[in-house]
Amino acid sequence: MKQKHIISLLLENESGALSRVSGLFSARAYNIESLSVAPTDDETMSRMTIVTTGTDEIVEQILKQLNKLVDVVKLVDLTESEHIERELMLAKVEATGDARDEVKRLVDIFHGRVVDVTDTTYTVELTDTCDKLDAFLTSLSSIKIYEVVRSGAIGITGGENILAC
Amino acid sequence: MELTGAEIVVRSLIEEGVEHLFGYPGGAVLHIYDALYKQEELQHVLVRHEQAATHAADGYARSTGKPGVVLVTSGPGATNAVTGIATAYMDSIPMVVLTGQVPLGLIGNDAFQEVDSVGITRPVVKHNFLVEDINNLAATIKKAFYVATTGRPGPVVVDIPKDITAQKAEFAYPRDIKIRSYNPVIKTQPGQTKKAYELIMQAKKPMIYTGGGVILSNASDELIKFAQLLGAPVTNTLMGLGAYPANDKQFVGMLGMHGTYEANMGMHNSDVLIAIGARFDDRVTGNLEKFCPDARIVHVDIDPASISKNVKVDVAIVGDVKEVVSELNGLIEASDQRLDNAAMTSWWQQIEEWRAQDCLKYNANTGTIKPQFVIEQLHEVTKGDAFVTSDVGQHQMFAAQYYGFNKPRRWINSGGLGTMGFGLPAAMGVQLAHPGEQVACVTGEGSIQMCIQELSTCTQYNLPVKIINLNNGYLGMVRQWQEFFYEKRYASSYMTSLPDFVALAESYGHVGIRIDKPEDVKQALEDAFGKYKDRVVFLDFMIDREENVYPMIPAGAGLNEMILI
Repeated sequence: MKQKHIISLLLENESGALSRVSGLFSARAYNIESLSVAPTDDETMSRMTIVTTGTDEIVEQILKQLNKLVDVVKLVDLTESEHIERELMLAKVEATGDARDEVKRLVDIFHGRVVDVTDTTYTVELTDTCDKLDAFLTSLSSIKIYEVVRSGAIGITGGENILAC
Repeated sequence: MELTGAEIVVRSLIEEGVEHLFGYPGGAVLHIYDALYKQEELQHVLVRHEQAATHAADGYARSTGKPGVVLVTSGPGATNAVTGIATAYMDSIPMVVLTGQVPLGLIGNDAFQEVDSVGITRPVVKHNFLVEDINNLAATIKKAFYVATTGRPGPVVVDIPKDITAQKAEFAYPRDIKIRSYNPVIKTQPGQTKKAYELIMQAKKPMIYTGGGVILSNASDELIKFAQLLGAPVTNTLMGLGAYPANDKQFVGMLGMHGTYEANMGMHNSDVLIAIGARFDDRVTGNLEKFCPDARIVHVDIDPASISKNVKVDVAIVGDVKEVVSELNGLIEASDQRLDNAAMTSWWQQIEEWRAQDCLKYNANTGTIKPQFVIEQLHEVTKGDAFVTSDVGQHQMFAAQYYGFNKPRRWINSGGLGTMGFGLPAAMGVQLAHPGEQVACVTGEGSIQMCIQELSTCTQYNLPVKIINLNNGYLGMVRQWQEFFYEKRYASSYMTSLPDFVALAESYGHVGIRIDKPEDVKQALEDAFGKYKDRVVFLDFMIDREENVYPMIPAGAGLNEMILI
């Protein structure tokens, strides 16, 4: 059965490292739902989070193949244990007539913020798990969505577990 | 000591113990060629096409176990080398390829002879580097050799911008190198080995299936001991031939698409399959749904990603084949327990029945030259002791099936990528590494034309390889598939307008012989390896035009569903 997995990697902060990872996914026909990468407190390393879906066998191969890349320092499948997952979303939505109040109510329910306002639009900021962001978009139902920008998930292990080299 | 980047490149290669460098000059590597000109420790071999440089380095590596080294220029030099790099990658061959690059400041400007070599080669290398600072140059070359030759070996590309080869820096070649993100497997897994041992000792119908990993790991002796301690049958993949002596009675031949009946039936009916340094390639397994239905599987491999990639295994041991098989041998020797005698007797009886099918028999009395016959005669004349390279197609399968390799590193072919044009340049690399040894390139009139320009390199460096051209005027393997699966519609598989190979060979200063009759085959081979042993000899065998390779497992079939002749 296909399941969602969040893979977190420590990567050498070198030119080309990102394309080694993304190239691996396309060359072996693995699925990437989202990918986010940025430097860490240690400037020689980047932290990458990949959200993928696959059967257990495929995800096992993805982990092994990633591990084989010379630029990958460490990796962990966050979904295997307790973890924290967050994604940032900015959405520009219709805010006229009844929609103006309805959007504000939904944003409050989902613990988001309206960060930009015009006569006809709201720009909403929301940080939560990917599923919660999906749920927010679904809840807008009749309200027109003009633009959605999502960061892709980032994640970290729960408790005292640490991913470090 | 302060040296130029070009001098650092050359000195680093010498420090690595490199003796031969296969390459082709061009603008971006002129400084390096100038540095090569000023020294005598490192021999540069000028090929006629960059693809051949990589194949020659590959043949050198496969036949010696040492990394092959290549130097090409930027742009087309690098792109021409890609096929050879991919060939080495698919077969896990250690290779270091230095590519020239346009000066750092021009990178990304669509400069003359610029390509993104690091980007283009990325999917077909174990790793690659772009050198951006002369102070990292020596360390990068050290890393390249370290990565290429450790763990599961593979090609590594180092892309060197021209301006860096002109700059100067202090040279000190690093003695050791550590890469924090690269930790090849060095330890074995004794717990797993014990589990494997316990499973193996329960076997009533064991089969040992070994691949190129045994050769890469130099584990032939350990494998022979293991097989003999168990008394179990051994089959080799195309890449693994020679790891177990073909003339031993426990050897049941090659397995897979064109494997023997006894090897494939033995696999299919085994109850414990011991896979060593093999990767369950699709040409070996046939239809995965039907693969070894009754077998519990032990898999030894240095690459964790090879484990349970295609076939789920019961006991996996990640480690160097040589070490792991030694450990298994130790466990067997430490105990009095052996495989069940009665079960093994009946298993061998079954295998001998399959063997009695004589699946490699062919009709020798047709008045035409049979390709199988040529290979058998080649074996006889060279006493089974030649280095045999091949191209890709029917001739490759005939060589694999009929030569009978008794030693590792004697059978040199592009098994994974299946690269036509590999055979002749690979033979040059082998001959250079083994002067005075018999080197044969078994090829066809299609494949040989893909790198035939190397006949010129053979002249220049006096590399007396023997070309065994099995000439049927067809792209034989393509034609065979068209005969079987496309109702004999021979689309573009007919080779017309062929050159006169004898005259062509002679024009390069070589010996050319055309052989039309079966009774002349042996004499021609004896002449080639006898009175012409110091010359390149092009033997153009006009063979039976529509001979097919049997046995054959059609696509989608199981190992027990072979087409026999």
